[in-house]
Amino acid sequence: MFDYYNLEPLLMWIHSTMCSLMPEWLAFTIEGIAVGVFIMVMYAVLAIILIYMERKVCAAFQCRIGPDRVGGRGGLLQVPADVIKILTKEIISLKNSDKFLYALAPFLVIMASILTFSCLPWNKGGEILHMNIGIFFVLAASSIGVLGILLAGWSSNSKYTLIGAVRSGAMIISYELSIGISVLTMVILCGTMDIQEIVAYQENGWNLFKGHIPAVMAFIIYLIAGNAEANRAPFDLAEAEQELTAGYHTEYSGMHFGFFYLAEYLNLFITSGIAVTLFLGGWMPLHIVGLDGFNTVMDCIPGVIWFVGKTFFVVFLLMWIRWTFPRLRIDQVLILEWKYLMPLSLLVLMIMTVMKVFGLVF
Amino acid sequence: MYFIFLIVVILTAIALVVAAMTIAKLIAPRSFNPQKGEPYECGIPTRGESWVKFKAGYYLFAILFLMFDIETVFLFPWATIVAETGVYALAGAAFFLGILILGLAYAWRKGALEWK
Repeated sequence: MFDYYNLEPLLMWIHSTMCSLMPEWLAFTIEGIAVGVFIMVMYAVLAIILIYMERKVCAAFQCRIGPDRVGGRGGLLQVPADVIKILTKEIISLKNSDKFLYALAPFLVIMASILTFSCLPWNKGGEILHMNIGIFFVLAASSIGVLGILLAGWSSNSKYTLIGAVRSGAMIISYELSIGISVLTMVILCGTMDIQEIVAYQENGWNLFKGHIPAVMAFIIYLIAGNAEANRAPFDLAEAEQELTAGYHTEYSGMHFGFFYLAEYLNLFITSGIAVTLFLGGWMPLHIVGLDGFNTVMDCIPGVIWFVGKTFFVVFLLMWIRWTFPRLRIDQVLILEWKYLMPLSLLVLMIMTVMKVFGLVF
Repeated sequence: MYFIFLIVVILTAIALVVAAMTIAKLIAPRSFNPQKGEPYECGIPTRGESWVKFKAGYYLFAILFLMFDIETVFLFPWATIVAETGVYALAGAAFFLGILILGLAYAWRKGALEWK
């Protein structure tokens, strides 16, 4: 049905053509460089779009206009101008910091977010890292990020960063459990860990509708925990400005700080992308049973547009949450996870297992 | 094939950081000032070491996390086959989860989840 948008034959054809023109190792090298450049460009472009979107959405929620000077009425060039500005800022080296760990921290944060970023299913056959344990790999790779945050806070030898880092560490590892269990719920429903197969399972209905009650509960738990994983309000107490100036990256300056900022926004996109993959059908078009004409029109839209569109919808939901709720305290955050979300997600897991075993899902 | 791309992605991450840092180091100004290297504490000179002991409460949550994280690792392979294996797999996992929930209940009862 959607086979004319399948990217896999095209990629295979490119690979075989390249292999016939040159030795195989050279073909692999060129493809590797192409993939690397593609990831970097996508990473930068998405970060700019997300930061612009965040500023505009925030402005709308606070009855302001937002950026409107640089680059025409919409302020479209404001974020690229900020990127250039941050590149020209001095990188200050600290006196008493742990130099090696201080330099290592941005590598870990960026690596975690690029590894998870390259697992997102953009289209049929359009996945950079395709593994049979895909979703499990995403969970594993995303937990590297917390190491970077802890190292950044510990190595800069400042009290603010230390408090910010341990707070963030405690919070991220706690919410990782809820994320893990709600992902597990969806793995039970689909019966596979392969991201492309999870999407393919949703061909005749998104998981949110297929798994009805437990899937909806898992989706809500995933959104709350994902918001905490991305270190955003109401869970942004790692960098609570009024208490800790900037939390774990207080001592980073210029582009060094830029990496944390970049990773934060990309993590927002990745969290939404995984939510879309698991619950909202990935690149599958929206189908309504009975409306055949509508379904045919929907099939004509390429998968990548569906995926990006749905992801930006979830990103908007998370921004809505961010600009609506006030920040929680550290004890409230941990109690919310351990006393409410964690037992609830275990309950959802059990309900989903029983429903799957007795065939009560659609 | 997969591992080639895994290495490519890891190298991309390293290249991104190195490239951006190199550009920033080339075009950013540099000036020396002994005050600049001090840790930022709102203008007041810092007192003592910053690598100090901190609240043990964070440590308790880390231990609890370890328990449940390993549980998740064990449950992932189980989750892919639960539909085929049926009630037998359900009973096994229910027993396994029961022990863990007992552990969480014990920690709760002992007050490990309170923030003091």
